[in-house]
Amino acid sequence: MLTIAGLSKRYAKGDKALDDVSLGVPAGQVVGLIGPSGAGKSTLIRCVNRLVEPTSGSIRLGDTEITRLGGAGLRRARRRMGMIFQEYALVERLTVMENVLSGRLGYVGFWRAFLRRFPQADIDRAFAVLDRVGLLDHVDKRADQLSGGQRQRVGIARALVQEPDILLVDEPTASLDPKTSRQIMRLIVEVCAERQLAAIVNIHDVALAQMFVQRIIGLRAGRVVFDGPPEALDTDALTTIYGEEDWSRTIREAHDDAANEAAAQETVRALRAQTKPPTVARAL
Amino acid sequence: MRAAPAAARRWRPPPLIANPWLRIAVLAGAALYLVLALGTVEVNWARLSDGWARGLRFVSGFLEPNFSRRWDDILQGMIESLSMTVTSTVVGIAISVPIGIGAARNLVPRPVYLLCRAIIAVSRSLQEIIVAILLVAMVGFGPFAGFLTLSFATIGFLSKLLAEDIEDIDPAPVEAIRATGTPWPSLIAFGVLPQVAPRLLGLSLYRLDINFRESAVVGIVGAGGIGATLNTAIDRYEFDSAAAILILIIAIVMASEYVSGLVRGWAK
Repeated sequence: MLTIAGLSKRYAKGDKALDDVSLGVPAGQVVGLIGPSGAGKSTLIRCVNRLVEPTSGSIRLGDTEITRLGGAGLRRARRRMGMIFQEYALVERLTVMENVLSGRLGYVGFWRAFLRRFPQADIDRAFAVLDRVGLLDHVDKRADQLSGGQRQRVGIARALVQEPDILLVDEPTASLDPKTSRQIMRLIVEVCAERQLAAIVNIHDVALAQMFVQRIIGLRAGRVVFDGPPEALDTDALTTIYGEEDWSRTIREAHDDAANEAAAQETVRALRAQTKPPTVARAL
Repeated sequence: MRAAPAAARRWRPPPLIANPWLRIAVLAGAALYLVLALGTVEVNWARLSDGWARGLRFVSGFLEPNFSRRWDDILQGMIESLSMTVTSTVVGIAISVPIGIGAARNLVPRPVYLLCRAIIAVSRSLQEIIVAILLVAMVGFGPFAGFLTLSFATIGFLSKLLAEDIEDIDPAPVEAIRATGTPWPSLIAFGVLPQVAPRLLGLSLYRLDINFRESAVVGIVGAGGIGATLNTAIDRYEFDSAAAILILIIAIVMASEYVSGLVRGWAK
């Protein structure tokens, strides 16, 4: 679905944020992009929808060469790419429904947008995704009245209502508590599976990434230094990505967490009731 | 065991001007200039005491305001002033919003920004009275000149403050909406205007208030409205009528202040 080849980005100040990055993401695959701060994770996903202009290289979404598009062509391509942000990036003073419908603005004219007269088909889509993320009770609440987890669900709904081919997810859980983080990650992974969406998820929390994604790409100083399944991410790989540190506990806890997670899911499913939340051994 | 501190370390906030000689020279220079400047204004105590008596007569006239003698003139002036105020505020806002958006550095290309900033600078550099004198010369006496003056003044005020507010908005939602493939006008309508709406409303109400007060001032130079009536009353030494007019102006300004407070609280 997404093919990146030889992508480089050099900022005006001269530092190279991305250096010859090549990777492909097939439909339905969720990729976790990990790496230290400043490694270029955010730059990479912003190059895909050209919020950041790449310096060289090629990005293809399906048959479309993204890097050559301009104006209307770029807007059409962006309609196919949903983006989810760390701090939710909602318009706080607008309602949940308005924030979700802003995902359809690429398809409606200015006056319809200005007067909030969206086509019925778009409103149906918005209700459907709000139902999916579990916010049907909050349709007309203002975004600033919601909790962090609920806001991120609005962010996810806004991306989904675009009916995109790919999700670009930038630190979706960095502002959330551990339990909500898991719920949000689970929701993202589930909707990608349901809709056969490709997704790139920037994430700092290695254990959380291992728990949910099918493939992990490690970025260091703008270069891909690891690309493989979560199980292959061992202490050596983490040292390559992040540098020297005692990684043994991170990995082991990650596996413990995964076991806890699976067990907790079972319990919830069995009891269909509020049970003791899964214990988080230690915030990483 | 904690070791006793060797010596108390002194700390003072760093001075604004590091060089002590320069600091003293600047202060002394400012004081000297103030003394010399006061010497040139020719403080005249005799004129002040004469004026005091005239002022008292003026104030005593105000103690018994007379609404009835010039009521027809006052009513006509008030109606002119109010219609001038409302129309010029509405027209001014309608023109200010696009110019304010164009003058926000974070939304538009550089040439558009410079053009809109230039319009604002022209509007702001000309004081209302000067614009009114010019427009009265152009379109003749009466409220039409006042309407044009106040519309023009509103543009400079509202566009500038709106542009500054737009430059301070949270860029994250704007980026998020841009990332959905939204064209620029819809981006403004969804990502920008909701963020500045309360401020825009507050500024508009404040400007309505200012325009009413200014309508009284521009009337003095012939641009119609209650100012013309007030000017006539003072020229004829009819301080009781003038007092009536001033009381009405103050009452209307206070009423609009109260209403705008209510509206702003409700629209948070």
